[in-house]
Amino acid sequence: MPMPYYVSPEQMMQDKAEYAKKGIAKGRSIIAMEYVDGILLAAENPSASLHKISEIYDNIAFAGAGKYSEFENLRKAGIRHADLKGFMYSREDVTARSLANGYSQSLGTIFSQEMKPLEVEILVVQIGHNGHTNEMYRISFDGSIIDEKQFAVIGGKSDAVQAVLKEKVPARPPDLRTALNLCIAALEQTGNQKLSLESLEVAVLDRTRDNRKFRRYSPAETKQFLA
Amino acid sequence: MKLPFLPNHDDASFFSFLTRQHPELTPGVRRSPDLPSVQHEPARPLQPVTVPHATTVLAVKYQEGVVIAGDRRATEGFQIAERRIEKVFKIDDYSAMAIAGAAGPCIEMARLFQTELEHYEKLEGVQLSCEGKANKLGQMVKANLPMVFQGLVVMPLYVGYDLTRSEGRIFKYDLAGGRYEESDYHSIGSGGKDARNTMREHFKKAMAEAEALKLALLALYNAADDDVGTGGPDLVRGIYPTAKIVNGTGIIDVAESRIRAIYDEMLASRAAKER
Repeated sequence: MPMPYYVSPEQMMQDKAEYAKKGIAKGRSIIAMEYVDGILLAAENPSASLHKISEIYDNIAFAGAGKYSEFENLRKAGIRHADLKGFMYSREDVTARSLANGYSQSLGTIFSQEMKPLEVEILVVQIGHNGHTNEMYRISFDGSIIDEKQFAVIGGKSDAVQAVLKEKVPARPPDLRTALNLCIAALEQTGNQKLSLESLEVAVLDRTRDNRKFRRYSPAETKQFLA
Repeated sequence: MKLPFLPNHDDASFFSFLTRQHPELTPGVRRSPDLPSVQHEPARPLQPVTVPHATTVLAVKYQEGVVIAGDRRATEGFQIAERRIEKVFKIDDYSAMAIAGAAGPCIEMARLFQTELEHYEKLEGVQLSCEGKANKLGQMVKANLPMVFQGLVVMPLYVGYDLTRSEGRIFKYDLAGGRYEESDYHSIGSGGKDARNTMREHFKKAMAEAEALKLALLALYNAADDDVGTGGPDLVRGIYPTAKIVNGTGIIDVAESRIRAIYDEMLASRAAKER
């Protein structure tokens, strides 16, 4: 019987991480940014129907970069988790923290146990109200979880976008129009091309709305808003 | 794909997710479907349980949509269990539901139905059609059938605004989940027949909103007059029936002051007749 080749655990993890990173870097970046009344999410997305940004619960949103089928599965699992919790207890007991923890556990387990890691990077954001602060969690393919402030970037050349934003984002949360313009500028600068508003997916978690705070902006609405 | 710490399932329905993964939380399904069914002890026959029952609710169409209303009383046998129960629920942006039957399971079903529709909308990115929502509710009523034999009846009356047809629609159900559409008005619960009698006499096609609201409140008043289970306007405590308006702009709660004003006028004209 032939013996399988020996691969050291370090080597295996490194290979998996490299594989996942390559997959994620192929796509385009998604930005989440705090503004005065909530959190803005913006992504370059050529498809109008296959969304990268989605509502999870009353004041929680999700964004996924990387392989569509994989983050779509994670998105659905998150919605189930949130709706189940909200039904079992109460709507206010659904939190981004517990959701981010679930994602982190799942991604971590898959990364260490499965042959192929998930080629995804996800964002879970929650707006706070009544004096509570916003929460933004960035979760990587290996389950590592990072708590972000002001803005967060995933997918594509996320490091480059982050560097651009770091210089430009003001200390106090800007208004929505400024925030959106900042996002577009950062995406354009790193993509080295003019962004058409048609291929920009925009959504907000707006604190001033009742009940469900998530709102998607259609390209026409975005155009009108920026005009 | 395995997701160890998040529920994994492939269906856009929250109800079926709950039935499969958490049967203990699902109304009607109190046992895991995978487990062999437990035999009830033959010596002790099942006794219907006594629980508070919600009574009369109704829906009536008007020119732009539907008015849905209900009284505020819940009874337990010959006792009044609750004077302020709310029986008309907003389900989503374009639908509302009113309930009659065992109060607890009724409210639970309304909550589950709310979650169901929101869940579908979030997963699929679009809302269910009006017809689809009505059918889904029928399946939930059907799943509750085992509870009916223990006396826990849940009877919904569903009202939705159909965006494709641009009209309000009324659906009624039977205990086995049968779904029937009503063209003009309907009423269910202990005083349902009395309320229907009033509406039959006064209903007109394409009424104005104010007229339809007045008719709905009159029908509830007459039902309370003839049926002990139905609560009329309680002037001492200031408890009035509740109503919602379902039309193309969404669901509008009718303000209590507006309902009180209609009843004040109605009661004054009744009192004048008695003199």
